[in-house]
Amino acid sequence: MSVLVLVEHTNGAFRKKSLEAVQYAANIAKQMGTTATAVATGNIDNATLATLGQYGAQKVLHTTDSRLENFNSRAYTKVMLAAAQKENAKVIIGLHDTVGKAVSPRIAARLNAGLVSGAVSYPDLSKGFVVKKNVFSGKAFAYVNITSDVKVITLMPNTFPVVKGDGSATVENLDVAFEDRDFSIKVKEVTKTSGTIVLSEAELVVSGGRGMKGPENWHVLEDLAKELGAATACSRPVADSHWRPHNEHVGQTGGTIRPNLYIAVGISGAIQHLAGVNGSKTIVVINKDAEAPFFKAADYGVLGDAMEIVPQLTAAVKRFKANH
Amino acid sequence: MKILVCICPVPDTTTKIAFSDNNTTFNTQGVTFIINPYDEWYALVRALELKEAGVATAVHMITVGKADAEPTIRKALALGGDEAVRIDTDSNDTYMVAAQIAEYAKAGNYDLVLCGKESIDYNNGSVGAMIAELLDMNFLGFASKIDVAGTTVTVNREIEGGEETDECSLPVVISCQKGVAEARIPNMRGIMAARTRPLKVVAPAAIAPLSAIVGYEMPPAKSGVKMIAADNMDELVALLHSEAKVI
Repeated sequence: MSVLVLVEHTNGAFRKKSLEAVQYAANIAKQMGTTATAVATGNIDNATLATLGQYGAQKVLHTTDSRLENFNSRAYTKVMLAAAQKENAKVIIGLHDTVGKAVSPRIAARLNAGLVSGAVSYPDLSKGFVVKKNVFSGKAFAYVNITSDVKVITLMPNTFPVVKGDGSATVENLDVAFEDRDFSIKVKEVTKTSGTIVLSEAELVVSGGRGMKGPENWHVLEDLAKELGAATACSRPVADSHWRPHNEHVGQTGGTIRPNLYIAVGISGAIQHLAGVNGSKTIVVINKDAEAPFFKAADYGVLGDAMEIVPQLTAAVKRFKANH
Repeated sequence: MKILVCICPVPDTTTKIAFSDNNTTFNTQGVTFIINPYDEWYALVRALELKEAGVATAVHMITVGKADAEPTIRKALALGGDEAVRIDTDSNDTYMVAAQIAEYAKAGNYDLVLCGKESIDYNNGSVGAMIAELLDMNFLGFASKIDVAGTTVTVNREIEGGEETDECSLPVVISCQKGVAEARIPNMRGIMAARTRPLKVVAPAAIAPLSAIVGYEMPPAKSGVKMIAADNMDELVALLHSEAKVI
């Protein structure tokens, strides 16, 4: 018996959310009196893989095949199923991202295992196997009990702080018998948005709404984001007006994020927008309308003109950084 | 080429969510149900476009739900499509829903199965990939552009930290998001026609759910906003550091 976790890496370096997933798997394993095994694919060296021990993995299974470089749900599922069989996995963890959302349902369907997508808690084993997740796009939580023998979970990134410990994982090769049809999707072109912080993983987010008046004013938000090391986001009207790319749209019909800090500038706070961001730990609202509903959902509020306040906030952050 | 579009009825986006029976049941009283926006705006409209362009020969839509799902699927029929199917069972378990659709799709020999990237009620985003596994098909998630030429599908889709253009042969399951198509408004002719378009009710296959929702909870209310003077951003930064501990 074991807990299995799929880890992602970019050019041989782990993403923070993958370390979070490993730690999550290790803690579940501890709850169940067993151990966690991480599964990695592609080009990454053994020394790096062994560092997953610092986050609680006892073992790492590594499958190398040049065709695994581009993510492909069929081939990755095959890797995970081979690992699950080898380790007699009872719980299989992935991330609630574009990789996990494609692989975990396939694993669950194949193993006839119940799935919780977007978990925000550890399973409560005293009541069965009950996991908390966001529903209604963050307007509420549901507690889901998985009743099957094998359980599959995708973890919402940024749910738990990542704590680095001691330890080193053993690394083993995992041979998987692929067929050509596992790689029947041809990747024609890959465009990476390099250099920017990925919104879904960002700990700090600066977001703008219609109150910003137009795309030409976005530089003040970008300056603040740069000073903070934050990602930028926007509300739906902004994306619909093509002021910003649609992948920055957060809200009920856009992305759901849960950063440590969400700074909302010129966003009134419609219920659909709040649904996508109310998992944020701290919310700052800057708006010139004292009646904006967003103030009710905020921790800190500033009343006034964004074009004046945001540059002052950027300057204050700069001063703070100089002194800390 | 036959297309099957998965349709999920969801509460209107403006719905104030409430629960009853000691927080174990979603209270649907006074709630307006709509077609899940990702299913309607993107998956269904793109399917209709492919039919209008002569690429698809038939567009069928499918939902898993009890009779109260019918008004929603009628709304879908008002936009177009040849027929709709309702699998007559209630479930919030993703596997149950996906397995019911997969059973139906298998018998219907569909070349392309389209769904939204997730439903805005339970936010699982799992049905598409599960159907793909159950039908042993490829799955392309988070598409923002779908083109079909002959038996080849070309898709632009979101990947971790970027975008990818992929090509594969039919059959395939694709989950759709913004960019795939533009929302349409049903016209009177469509609404009238929807009444006569066939809506088949099919008995569910014998499939057991693998999970169950045992309770709901509302997010904790914020304790109240602390207002900071517009000319005192140093104070805001200090509070974010020492009180909120986020920077």
